[in-house]
Amino acid sequence: MSFSLFVEQLLNGLQLGVTLFLTASGLTLVFGVMGLINLAHGSLFMIGAYAAAAVAGATGSFLLASAASLAAAAAAGALIEMVVIRRLYSRDHLDQVLATFALILILSEGTRWIFGSFPLYLSIPDWLAGPVTLPGGIRYPLYRLTIILVGLVIAAGLFLLIARTRLGIRIRAGESDREIVAALGVNIAALYTIVFAIGAALAGLSGALVGAIQSVQVGMGEPVMILAFVVIVIGGIGSIRGALIGAILVGVTDTLGRAMLPDLFRLFMDNSAATSVGSALASMLIYVLMAAVLIVRPTGLYGARGA
Amino acid sequence: MSREGLINLALGLGLLAFPLWAEWAEEPFMITLSTRVAILALAGVGLNLSLGLGGLVSLGHAAFFGIGGYAMGILASHAQSYTPIFEWPLVIEGTKAMPVIWLVAIAAAGLLALAIGALSLRTSGVYFIMITLAFGQMLFYFAVSWPAYGGEDGLSIYVRNAFPGLNTLVPLQFFLIAYALLMAVLGLAALITRSPFGLALDAARQVPVRVETVGIAPYRLRLIAFVISGMITGLAGALYADLNRFVSPAMFNWQTSGEIVILVILGGTARLFGPVAGAAFFVALEHLLGGVSDYWRIYLGLVLLAVVLFARGGIVGTLAGREAADG
Amino acid sequence: MKARSLLLAAGTAVLMAGAALAGPVKIGMITTLSGGGASLGVAIRDGFMLAIKQSGRTDVEVIVEDDQRKPDIAVQLADRMVQSDKVDILTGIVWSNLAMAVVPSVTAQGKFYISPNAGPSALAGKGCHKNYFNAAWQNDNLHEAAGAWANTAGFKNSFILAPNYPAGVDALNGYKRFYKGKIAGEVFTKLGQKDYAGEIAQIRASGADSVFFFLPGGMGIAFLKQYADSGVNLPLVGPAFSFDQDILQAVGDAALGVHNTSQWNKDLDNPANKAFVAAFVKEYGRLPSLYASQGYDTANLILSALDKADVKDADAFRAALEAADFASVRGKFRFGPNHHPIQDIYVREVVKEGDVYTNRLVGVALKDRGDAYAAECRM
Repeated sequence: MSFSLFVEQLLNGLQLGVTLFLTASGLTLVFGVMGLINLAHGSLFMIGAYAAAAVAGATGSFLLASAASLAAAAAAGALIEMVVIRRLYSRDHLDQVLATFALILILSEGTRWIFGSFPLYLSIPDWLAGPVTLPGGIRYPLYRLTIILVGLVIAAGLFLLIARTRLGIRIRAGESDREIVAALGVNIAALYTIVFAIGAALAGLSGALVGAIQSVQVGMGEPVMILAFVVIVIGGIGSIRGALIGAILVGVTDTLGRAMLPDLFRLFMDNSAATSVGSALASMLIYVLMAAVLIVRPTGLYGARGA
Repeated sequence: MSREGLINLALGLGLLAFPLWAEWAEEPFMITLSTRVAILALAGVGLNLSLGLGGLVSLGHAAFFGIGGYAMGILASHAQSYTPIFEWPLVIEGTKAMPVIWLVAIAAAGLLALAIGALSLRTSGVYFIMITLAFGQMLFYFAVSWPAYGGEDGLSIYVRNAFPGLNTLVPLQFFLIAYALLMAVLGLAALITRSPFGLALDAARQVPVRVETVGIAPYRLRLIAFVISGMITGLAGALYADLNRFVSPAMFNWQTSGEIVILVILGGTARLFGPVAGAAFFVALEHLLGGVSDYWRIYLGLVLLAVVLFARGGIVGTLAGREAADG
Repeated sequence: MKARSLLLAAGTAVLMAGAALAGPVKIGMITTLSGGGASLGVAIRDGFMLAIKQSGRTDVEVIVEDDQRKPDIAVQLADRMVQSDKVDILTGIVWSNLAMAVVPSVTAQGKFYISPNAGPSALAGKGCHKNYFNAAWQNDNLHEAAGAWANTAGFKNSFILAPNYPAGVDALNGYKRFYKGKIAGEVFTKLGQKDYAGEIAQIRASGADSVFFFLPGGMGIAFLKQYADSGVNLPLVGPAFSFDQDILQAVGDAALGVHNTSQWNKDLDNPANKAFVAAFVKEYGRLPSLYASQGYDTANLILSALDKADVKDADAFRAALEAADFASVRGKFRFGPNHHPIQDIYVREVVKEGDVYTNRLVGVALKDRGDAYAAECRM
């Protein structure tokens, strides 16, 4: 593998990582603040993508579509929080797993009921289409660079939100002691609805951004949800920084593994065996990474608490 | 007899009576459904040991379910094609005998659980949920891409394996095998729960520190519970493969883990007969709702949501009251 | 039983000569109607039911059930249909792994299985069965045609990729069976993978002059969009699955001009096909897909055999199926010795007609193609 190809693959890994961070950030925020396992996070990702596809189809504007994805997912998130999730904070993780699994069934099939069984069209806007040439002569799609940029902006925004704003102070306070915060006159119920809606909006936006280069269809959220869990567990649940580092680690590991493992096995195996063994191992690699991280650091890279 | 005892009796007899009725009414498919209930319940009983008694929420029990299935698939496919599994260092032939297959499935699942448990139990809480999920996914992708035993296409076994003295192709006889195993394992689970080991495990779940102060390492207790739990689920996997005469990587899928967890919670976590009630309810729902509309899974989701929100403690917990939750 | 029984009423049904009518003929359809793969099952069902409706027969009952794309559910539905519903014929399965779970067991129980889609190599070769018919293709066929067409197009150095599962391995082998050039690179991707930046970078670096890919469903949509945006301009070729009528609209411009191989297209010039396309649009308000055409042909094949023989007389019914005496929307259609089609496989090009993305015929890739496994089949 030449050096420039290696750099390009690193960039691809970074890009995949940032994409994963977009989805994982909302999940880790919700878990950090409310201690809630939300398996339906992937469904909010899907709702964002469908809203974007519907609005892009009607107006032709990608910016409006992105805004719609934020709004639709936030609205869906707030509604779900008020109707269902709110009752689950005091429950153990088991009940949360079952209830949010039920939500996946309802949201997936509900979406199929409204939009039909066929995949929807959502594409990159013309002004972001095509590749640009980077220093070193690498031709790289502009849209993927945009995703990296948006991801980093969101990461910075979340850090600022939590460190600097009044809402962030309340969120941090609510994480450490919800009774005291409630006693100080903060409306915990409203705070939680807002946090859940923010997490949902982040999932929805990433659904729109990712949907434009993948496929908008029912079930698109479930693999993403599993990967997002892998990311936040590696990073340490509740930590935004951990989610970012974990996402990039997963993205780079997965991309380089796919690119290099088959070649590695060709050094001591015949071609077709190396291709199949290398590919098989590459598809397991992120789970191996996750298990390895947890064995060494049982609460993830930046995890503070065990629950 | 306590109220829960009566419910358990009713569940046990009901699961036996239904297929007997179906035999009389000449509805063989109802027997097949009952067999599915018994086998899924068996898998649930296995999970319930680690989840209910040990407090270890595993989202990776599909690994054991699948390994049990593949133990059956590999042994039976070699017997079917008359090719040995290994020729070196010693010749190991395939087999179609159920008891042998069960033992192999239990041993394989136990070894796997020992490895996964030893690593996973260093974590706890959500991290434990997710690391077990990760191990399950590893096995799933391995099974999908490993060509020797069919990969994603899976393995078909044309004739159900044999049990001495019975004709396993007769639906009722195969049901009785599954039912007998379920009852035996339920008895075993009851013994474990009441044994000093079970009591210590329960205490380790509630107050780990107290157990440590009397000189018992919670890690070792949990590991033993996890291994037993995996072995039971592995046995269920071998039976499930025999029910379908087919194994595939779908048994390793995370949704399989999710479904086993769901039927345990539906029935009532830590209740002895909870998995039986949960499996019966889940299979009945799937069967009854399947014909309602193309979008029947919306209704399934609504029912599950209603149970978790309004029937805390699951079916057995709701019917029996909360008195014996930890007993 | 909660099956959706669709007992078809037609006012002026004429009893066909030769068809003994002891009771209604029951057909069990197990297909994927919920979840992510539902679009394929819905298309097969719609095509199938259209043909049944057009036949006007009141003595054919179709029981449709959803397998959720799970092999164990499919097996249990098959058990139920055989044991309780007492169906005579089964059909409908979309996926190879589900077919492998169901077909051996139902054919061993003496039932007929007519596949409207999946054609795994195991069922075409050593595992073939006298009661198993495939009305669509053997899995390798469209990939073989892509390989044959690659020679015509002058490809000398192809980069080939497919997911790492048996159908993916078959796809690459099928391509290589007819393709005569060199292989610039061979990659197995993860099943369900949606990000192909890494593979596209490998394609760019490999020095290939063409790309063959088999990535069904959402994987293909993702790959095509990302490939179009990458600035790599090598010609693509693949089987029809990623260019099907029902998913092309979701791919959009990214698919325009791509060549793909198929045994059917909506502009195939024969009367049966014209009537089918018009009737399908009228009934469902959308253009038929490849899968719908296969469902339609499957139903007409079954109906043609029912006209000639009683399904209870297995030997006569099997002979009637083997004759394949029906007007296929593909034009020519006959069965090989292993009950898989011998048919022409075409090359299509993705075009835009008005606002609708669709395919037009470009040429024939393989004439009268059977399959590579027929010789292994001993019935």
